[in-house]
Amino acid sequence: MKELSLNILDIAENSVKAKATLTEIIVEEKDNTLTFTIIDDGTGMPKEIVESVTDPFYTTRTTRKVGLGLPLLKMAAEQTGGKIFITSQQGDNHGTTVSALFYKDHIDFTPLGDVISTMITLIQGHPETDFLFKHIKGKGEVKLDTREIRQVLGDVPLNEYEVIKWISEYLREQYEIFK
Amino acid sequence: MKSLAELQAIKDRMKDKVVLREGTNSVRVVVGMATCGIAAGARPVLNTFVEEVNNKGLAETVAVSQTGCIGICQFEPVVEIFEAGKEKVTYVKMTSEKAKEVVEKHLKGGKVIQEYTIAANQ
Repeated sequence: MKELSLNILDIAENSVKAKATLTEIIVEEKDNTLTFTIIDDGTGMPKEIVESVTDPFYTTRTTRKVGLGLPLLKMAAEQTGGKIFITSQQGDNHGTTVSALFYKDHIDFTPLGDVISTMITLIQGHPETDFLFKHIKGKGEVKLDTREIRQVLGDVPLNEYEVIKWISEYLREQYEIFK
Repeated sequence: MKSLAELQAIKDRMKDKVVLREGTNSVRVVVGMATCGIAAGARPVLNTFVEEVNNKGLAETVAVSQTGCIGICQFEPVVEIFEAGKEKVTYVKMTSEKAKEVVEKHLKGGKVIQEYTIAANQ
């Protein structure tokens, strides 16, 4: 993946597929590290699967046998000296959390890239589920909570073009102050 | 600064429109958004389709949606176009530029761009 925001998109798509009603995406930059965490309330995975998901020869897809999403993320993190953490629970309090730690000063660090596009893509494709996005750096914070937007919009779908454009601008403005 | 009040105004504008539009989309543009598609560049392709379909005033008839792995990963980004009464068209190795062209020539003009289809790339 050329940007970490594409890994975020890929992992968050799994959350939606696991029937999450809320997927939280938290990016945090501190000193020389960048950590992102994706927390969903989807169906969760059994223990054996959690242990095998970073194995490139494990996949849930049926069209072919190799699944690369989490192995690619693991590689992107480890090549900077970082790592990934996965926890998952079925039944009560079900859901999955994937967290990845990167060292930004490492030569193999992949830049975060266009995270606004990632959020827009997620909302456009899955207007019925909610996303909470936060990017924290020092005292600055960029935030988007689709639950707040949904409350205003009522039954107007989140993927109406005017809404998508508004969300995109809303994030862009916050990033300008953030810088 | 963008405010939630603006969103309220969008809601008021959209309300009647949304009801009107429901079920009228006769063309579906489906972009593959699994790991293979995303890694190959499906995100800008999808977003270009969404923008161009709206900018060219085609939103009443064309719906843009996402799907998982279509199973032909070596051809990603893959875009399928479904139209009632017509055979499915599969465009492969898509880019934003090609997406703009597909909106203009195929979705607006009704003419399939053969050179971007899977048949021409095998």
